[in-house]
Amino acid sequence: MTTTFTGTPDAPGVFDPGAEATRATDAILRDTLHGPERGVVVDSPPGAGKSTLVVRAALELASAGRPLMVIAQTNAQVDDLVLRLAEKDPTLPVGRLHSSDPDPYDKALDDLDNVRTSAKAAELAGLDVVVSTAAKWAHVKVDEPWRHAIVDEAYQMRSDALLAVAGLFERALFVGDPGQLDPFAIVGSEQWAGLSYDPSASAVTTLLAHNPDLPQHRLPVSWRLPASAAPLVSDAFYPYTPFRSGTGPGDRRLDFAVASDGGGPDRVIDEAARSGWGLLELPERHTPRTDPEAVRAVAQVVRRLLDRAGAATSERSPEPVPLTADRIAVGTAHRDQAAAVRAALTDLGVTDVTVDTANRLQGREYDVTVVLHPLSGRPDATAFHLETGRLCVLASRHRHACIVVCRAGVPALLDDHPSTEPVQLGVNVKFPDGWEAHHAVLSQLSEHRVTWRP
Amino acid sequence: MSLISALARLEAVQTGRAQPAATARHRHLSDRPLVLVPLTTAGEAGAPLGALVGTDRDAPRLLVVPQPRDRDLRFAFLAELADVVLPYIDTYAEAAESAERNETDPETGKRVKVEVELCSDAPQLIVPSRAGVDYVRLLGRSMRFRRTAEQEPEAPHPAPPRVPLLGRWLTHYGERARVPGSSLLLALTEVLSRHWATGQSSLEDQHLGALLAWIDPPDGTSGAEAALSAELARDERGQLRCPPAGPATDPAFDNKLLAPAIERYDRARTRLAAAEDGLQADDRLAELTAAEHGIRALVESRTRPTWDAVWRGIDLLRALPEGAHVADRWTRDRWSFTGHRDRVTAGEPPQPRHDDAVTAANKLATREREQARLEAQEALDDPLIMAGRRLAGEAFAGEVIDVVMAYSDSKRPSPRPLVTVRTEDRPHLGERTKVYRQLGGKPQAAEFVRYEGQEGAGALFVLRILDKMGRGKEPEAGSVPEKGDHVCFTLFEHEQRGGAKLPDPEETPWTHGGPPGERTESPLPDPVTEEDAL
Amino acid sequence: MPAPATRGTALRQRLAELRGPAVPPQPLDARALAALASNPGCKRRALLDGAGVNKATLASALGSPSAFGQSQFAFMRGNAFEARVKADGGAELLRLVHERMGGPAPDEARVPDLAAVGPEGRTARTALALREATESGGWTLLDHPMLALDVAGSSAFLEPDAVVVHPDGGWTVVEIKSFPMVDGSADPAKVGAAARQAAVYVLALEEVAARLHPAPAVHHRILLVCPKDFSNLPTASAVDIRKQRSVTRRQLARLTRIEDIADDLPPGICFSPDLPPTELSAAVESVPAAYAPECLSACELAFHCRERARERGAVTALGRALRGELGGLTTVDSVLSAAHGESGDPEDPAVRALRRAAELRREALGGPGCH
Repeated sequence: MTTTFTGTPDAPGVFDPGAEATRATDAILRDTLHGPERGVVVDSPPGAGKSTLVVRAALELASAGRPLMVIAQTNAQVDDLVLRLAEKDPTLPVGRLHSSDPDPYDKALDDLDNVRTSAKAAELAGLDVVVSTAAKWAHVKVDEPWRHAIVDEAYQMRSDALLAVAGLFERALFVGDPGQLDPFAIVGSEQWAGLSYDPSASAVTTLLAHNPDLPQHRLPVSWRLPASAAPLVSDAFYPYTPFRSGTGPGDRRLDFAVASDGGGPDRVIDEAARSGWGLLELPERHTPRTDPEAVRAVAQVVRRLLDRAGAATSERSPEPVPLTADRIAVGTAHRDQAAAVRAALTDLGVTDVTVDTANRLQGREYDVTVVLHPLSGRPDATAFHLETGRLCVLASRHRHACIVVCRAGVPALLDDHPSTEPVQLGVNVKFPDGWEAHHAVLSQLSEHRVTWRP
Repeated sequence: MSLISALARLEAVQTGRAQPAATARHRHLSDRPLVLVPLTTAGEAGAPLGALVGTDRDAPRLLVVPQPRDRDLRFAFLAELADVVLPYIDTYAEAAESAERNETDPETGKRVKVEVELCSDAPQLIVPSRAGVDYVRLLGRSMRFRRTAEQEPEAPHPAPPRVPLLGRWLTHYGERARVPGSSLLLALTEVLSRHWATGQSSLEDQHLGALLAWIDPPDGTSGAEAALSAELARDERGQLRCPPAGPATDPAFDNKLLAPAIERYDRARTRLAAAEDGLQADDRLAELTAAEHGIRALVESRTRPTWDAVWRGIDLLRALPEGAHVADRWTRDRWSFTGHRDRVTAGEPPQPRHDDAVTAANKLATREREQARLEAQEALDDPLIMAGRRLAGEAFAGEVIDVVMAYSDSKRPSPRPLVTVRTEDRPHLGERTKVYRQLGGKPQAAEFVRYEGQEGAGALFVLRILDKMGRGKEPEAGSVPEKGDHVCFTLFEHEQRGGAKLPDPEETPWTHGGPPGERTESPLPDPVTEEDAL
Repeated sequence: MPAPATRGTALRQRLAELRGPAVPPQPLDARALAALASNPGCKRRALLDGAGVNKATLASALGSPSAFGQSQFAFMRGNAFEARVKADGGAELLRLVHERMGGPAPDEARVPDLAAVGPEGRTARTALALREATESGGWTLLDHPMLALDVAGSSAFLEPDAVVVHPDGGWTVVEIKSFPMVDGSADPAKVGAAARQAAVYVLALEEVAARLHPAPAVHHRILLVCPKDFSNLPTASAVDIRKQRSVTRRQLARLTRIEDIADDLPPGICFSPDLPPTELSAAVESVPAAYAPECLSACELAFHCRERARERGAVTALGRALRGELGGLTTVDSVLSAAHGESGDPEDPAVRALRRAAELRREALGGPGCH
């Protein structure tokens, strides 16, 4: 189940992340360009180079004279892909199909010579690559389907969204991270549970239910997560599809020029700098979501991260890079918590740190993340707070260290959680279960615990 | 649970009476609804025991299956039910008005207006509880694939003529009930708990007797006492004084009263069959009739209290003023009813066992759209519900304290006035967040410009009004809020956009299994076994 | 010579005292064990179940009898259906197992006689039959086998509807239920309950399997057999119970904490139904409960606990979801007085939000409309 080999990248016969990743990418491109199947599925754990793969596959298809459409889920993802494509090959003719809302795309695209933007698909006809959101593609009609498509973030796409666009292409490469937040519907969809094409399921679930023989690949190396984080995230969230970190234990360092003042935030920062993880545990107490003490603690940790003049050393550059506000993010479960943290940060004079919910942090990357634990201070757990993907997103955004702020008592809260879930016949059980994943993460975090009474 | 509804429940505990959860009625109520109070047999999949049904609160029709395991008796019950329900439906199916609908022209592919019929009103079915809705669905499923003697002269156990049709209608009603805000089929407990908050949990609110006890307790008792007695009080024979609203019965009723009565009936039937001459047969027929009356009386005694409770609940709801958008949603229900009427008339086969991929996706899209529509419309129609949205940061209300005229940058500048609103609400406003307010029944859009600090307990927000000001350089009179006006803006849209058009089922793509294949003229009926329940 | 009072026997002794002299323990069945997960935070339930107290009798003695009962129609129908599924040496049942789980065609199957004296005897007989069946390399149907599971130091005896041994030596738990599968789907709440119950059997079977060498595979997919549509023909569906198994395993492990709960009790506490109601009530009150409305469908003592929770004004009596945003406020009075500005720290965000909510509610009910 879990790969057990360890060692340095240079030792013979052991895990060479670069070579492993290349091997996986080559196989994916081979299947995509030359395989007989209509679809290829790629599972990509956090930071495994999904965007790089998408860009590379698009370029190779285009250079082989096979124009393609690219389907992403949000406008931000679309703009990001277009920018990356243009960066990789500025001569490539790329179309950005957008909605007719005001400000439908990133203005930065207007500066690119070979990128054409339009709200009408016909105006982009003939370009090598046309990129848009699934929602926009759903309104497009074509006489001849595209021969190729790439579907990005396919696990976050709902089955019904794929149904609306699948007629536009003949074959497709589906790329996504199965561990992140599942798509959801705002109304009940139980009546279709168990059907292979349940419209509220993920696009990949439906695709594979109908086409079980499609080649499935996975990217085996996370380039983002440090050696301290990959095993935990892999074990807790990807138990049947393990992955490794691309870097070894000594490859990343986090140092602080200013010494600790001995307070809780500084102690947890030091623990995280040393081990990659830190748990700042506040006294047990039931609180509303915007627990002011916990919110303040999060803000203080961020403030101290900046005050202590941190520097991150990694394989990316020979010299340490200063840990600046744009390299730090705060993750929460709810929007009002994010708003409260932003306000608390403003009070401490911090402005440029990203504070967002798990949903919005999907696909993003920082050096250090500070997370307000979804169950902190709650009187009970709910399906929302237990959702595996939420915790996975929050625990896998960092390159160096992740600091979790939480009130004591969460393990007992999990143990007291009633487990009387209904079961739908014919629905595959999703693993891992959120309840177990939470237990697993907490038991690991408890080894990096700093208790603090603010 | 939102804090406002939590508070309402706690206030109900303190005062001993349910508290308002809405100030308007958010569901359509027909002048002449058909009420159905069904009972089922424990342990059998949808073997009905009996029902009270009808449109006259003083004269319900009592239908009883004296031996629920007997197929012929069950068919007789269903045929009788069809005799009550179908004529009721027919009266509405016959009265139609003409209306316009947008359709895609199959030749040009363009959207064109076509004139079609729309039934002027639709039949409304009311059951006591959510379990009743499920039961309507189950009855519909059990009947719609049955074959009548006319369809299949050779098959054993043909269904009575109108039973499959009733199955199709009940299926349609059961399916429509899944659409948020629809009112063709209502579960009374659900509608009541939408409008009142009791001093008990939502689980306990599913007990119709207890729910009504909180909303309208008898004089001199508190809601809590009345609800407790509705839940638990038993008579000297150990029977619940307020029988469950069904379709499940109380086990004590089954074991102590119903089982002996059915046994008596079975015995009388056996004896009648064994009668040796006419005289003996007459006597034994009288015995059988008496036994059957015994069961009828039992079923009536378990359904009549619920029947009366349903009508009491309807009275309570009728006393609330109807929400402004309720008629709009009822029109959608009328379209749904008319559509099914037309499918039946056109001789289409019954609804399949499973939706195909395209139908399922279309239904989900419709329901999500209707859910959003319902949430927006209920808030716009009801200040109490809007209060919940304001507390959640999804809307804000306040006073206009300044209006500055401004114009767009375009070649023909249009008015884009800046309006400063002072509010004590805390909306989740971000850069250029769109907000909407009602103006003459239509939404007017504005965007958030900036926060201008606090003034007392209120925050000052500057908004830019974007539309509905006419075509001229100066905004039309009344289209821009004025200083001193009280305004309420929402962060959610008031009207829902239609989604993308999905492929036709016969063009289902390979990702979803390809076209579902030729649907047989009519799905095969369920196999008939000797002991099947329905 | 009496055995030395080990930790286990001391606990058993203590629990027997709690139950009352001469009150036999209420045996825990799979349903009761599965129900441990329905409210694991309730110490009262954990202790009473662990001590083998008959909660239905206790509830009646307290004057708040439980409302659980089974209709004889359901009972008869259930029995008739199970008999039909197992008729002809289980031919139909094995056909379903084969259809859903594969393997060679079940043309022949053994149905060993599992009769023996007493639950221990039947358990030993079952273990032996399982071993023989595993070695036999054919299909074997074990009709109502008996399994034992260690629960807080005592053995609980469990009787699954059936266990099927596959030719490859694997074991599958079979649950036969009389609720229907209509068009391939069934009531999810009922399927969930069946899955939790089956998970207990799987755990018990895993203990038997662990004693064999090599240990046979106990399948984590169980076979749920139900009537098809509106007929009484059986149909089946495989249900993955890994999630339920891990939850139940964890809850069983936690049951050892009943020793700690018992240690916290005042001396002389006893739950014997013969005691005067006031004394009994005081005994029950000495163990903290975690009442929530879901208990009404899962615990015999629920009406009693609900009454007490309401008397205390506990907000959870109105539903667990209610307390989510109330922070440290747990009673109706404290919430309302905080909302009305009569108590509470105005800096506490829960109190602040409550006051705002109360104000908005007041305005909406009295003030002008919002248009």
